[in-house]
Amino acid sequence: MEIIPGITINHYLIVSAILFSIGALGVMMRRNAIIMFMCIELMLNAVNLLLVAFSKQWADTSAQVLVFFIMAVAAAEVAVGLAILMMIYRNARTTDTEVLNKLKW
Amino acid sequence: MERLAQIIPFIPLAGFLLIGLSAGALSKKASAWIASGAILLAFFFTVPLFFHIQQTHAAIEVKLFDWIKTGPFDAGVAFLVDELSVLFMLVITGIGFLIHVFSIGYMKDDPGFRRYLSFLNFFIFFMLLLVMGNNLLVTFIGWEGVGLCSFMLIGFWYKEHANNEAAKKAFVMNRIGDLGFLIGIFIIYLYFGTLDFTKFLNVDSVTASGISAGMITILTLCLFIGATGKSAQIPLFTWLPDAMAGPTPVSALIHAATMVTAGIYLVARTNILFTMSPDTLQVIIWIGIATSLIASVIGIYQNDIKKVLAYSTVSQLGLMFVALGMGAYTAAVFHVITHAVFKALLFLGSGSVIHAMSGEQDIRKMGGLSKVLPVTHITFLIGTLAIAGIPPLAGFFSKDEILAAAFEGKIVVWLLAVAVSLMTAFYMFRLYFLTFKGTFRGTEKQKAHLHESPSNMSVPLIILAGLSIVAGWIGFPHALGTELGIHHGLAHFLEPVLGSHESHLSLSAELGLMGLITAMVIVVIWICYNRFVTKAHVPVSDENADISGFSGWAGKKFYVDELYDKIFLRPFNRIGVLFDQFIEHKLIDGIVRGIGQTVSWSGGRIRFIQTGNIGFYLLVFVLALALMLILISL
Repeated sequence: MEIIPGITINHYLIVSAILFSIGALGVMMRRNAIIMFMCIELMLNAVNLLLVAFSKQWADTSAQVLVFFIMAVAAAEVAVGLAILMMIYRNARTTDTEVLNKLKW
Repeated sequence: MERLAQIIPFIPLAGFLLIGLSAGALSKKASAWIASGAILLAFFFTVPLFFHIQQTHAAIEVKLFDWIKTGPFDAGVAFLVDELSVLFMLVITGIGFLIHVFSIGYMKDDPGFRRYLSFLNFFIFFMLLLVMGNNLLVTFIGWEGVGLCSFMLIGFWYKEHANNEAAKKAFVMNRIGDLGFLIGIFIIYLYFGTLDFTKFLNVDSVTASGISAGMITILTLCLFIGATGKSAQIPLFTWLPDAMAGPTPVSALIHAATMVTAGIYLVARTNILFTMSPDTLQVIIWIGIATSLIASVIGIYQNDIKKVLAYSTVSQLGLMFVALGMGAYTAAVFHVITHAVFKALLFLGSGSVIHAMSGEQDIRKMGGLSKVLPVTHITFLIGTLAIAGIPPLAGFFSKDEILAAAFEGKIVVWLLAVAVSLMTAFYMFRLYFLTFKGTFRGTEKQKAHLHESPSNMSVPLIILAGLSIVAGWIGFPHALGTELGIHHGLAHFLEPVLGSHESHLSLSAELGLMGLITAMVIVVIWICYNRFVTKAHVPVSDENADISGFSGWAGKKFYVDELYDKIFLRPFNRIGVLFDQFIEHKLIDGIVRGIGQTVSWSGGRIRFIQTGNIGFYLLVFVLALALMLILISL
């Protein structure tokens, strides 16, 4: 079932896979904690997109409920995560993860 | 009648619980009444049972409840009251009651008075279970229970370390015997599929089970090993003399009258199996006579009043086993009964002497007590005459029956048994003369304290003395009885359980044997009188004792304890040390420590991958996840 004519489920799959990969690579390769944080949000939204697409495909709304949950949890996570980053920055004057490597061995 | 049989064992149990759980809330007087009352009540309930069985000769079987019931195995808590068990019940409750009464006087100043009485009641409960059980499992519970009570009462004065050692020794030695008994039970279940006496104890079921003759020998030997433990026979006899560490009435009740005869009861109960195994009977005869000889020789050289009686008990038990081995089961049970009476009397009498002597047990420090202890003296004399076998006292009849059976069976055994009887007469009269005749050899303080025991101690003595005179008449010998028109009541009574043991001796032979032995016993007593009264010979003190010769060896109990120490204890300890050093410290500890050290060492190496670089963690995380997904999709 197509919402926009000419765009099939495969298109959605590809887009969300690209989004997810960008997010995952960003988390792994960037050193700035805020950027990494944003990349995590990107991965979450790739999943959301996929869920909505499948929900339409199978005419099952329960996936959309899941999307709302993910958005709510992501909002809460952002609130906590940014607060932590704030505190890290105040103490260490940086958000570079290469520098923040004291917790080891 | 079933009702009576059901509740009899539980009366002493109730007494035990009442006194034991009251935790001192009951006064001494109240607990004394409860304890002795419980036994008296049990005795009164046993008497009608006895008469019922005597008239009907129908065994009473009662099942209280199912106990273990799994598949084909079915053992209930069930009682069997037949001719054999009712006799034992009468002895246990009757003599048990008298000993309870005596104990009240003997132990009245002891701080553990209530504990003592509750244990005594508990013992009677288990002893009744032992003889009343209708299957081997109930009997085994009783068997272990009396062992436990014996342990607790030998070590009653637990503040003396030696008493605890004696209690431990008795317990461990009994466990060795119990192992044999247990294996016997297993074999019986394996072949007969049941442990109920009424089901496997008949010739038909034995033939139907297809058990081989060799297996019966093994089985009966296992049961006999159990009996040697409980009844203090070679090689497990050394615990009984040490068990004298307990209070004297305990020695009378447990280590003379009742518990030690449990082995005789077991063999008599399963006599059908034993009759089928002549080899086992031979073993029993030789073990019995050897134990009897060794114990009576040691008894001659002991100077502790209770030790003499203890060795005498071992020796008499040996004679009972000789009778069992000869197939004269009735004679053995007869001797159990008469021995219970006169040995209880002798032990209680020695208790009375020890009480008067303020705890002194060494006969070298006694003497001349007949004047101050008239009642004890007369009753002790009766007991001594009874055990020596002077007619018409109890010991004469039962011992004569055993000797007659031995004479018929094996002349060598008969000769040895006669020697035992003569030695019995010798050491008992040695004990009697040294204690009651001559002059007092104790300290002045003891002399001032000498007193006759109170009535609650002397009355049981008088009753037991009376019984020692008449108890033998229940088994009047055929030789004398046919002339006088009295038949052997006991043999007739026990015939349904033990079968009849026909004597093939001629009348004159039997009478001749009796006369011969009695004459010899009187000669021995005369020799004894000469040595210990006329010449006033007193055994030398331990410091001056010559330990090199035969008397030294016998005085040291033939070093049997030391021998066991050498062959069993030391090697065992040595092995224990070896195991401690090598298995425990090297092997087991090595494995345990090794595991810990491996984990700790590898952890120390692996922790370096924890770099603190989040990017690296995430990379590994993603790669691992991807790997897993690939693996799943494959």
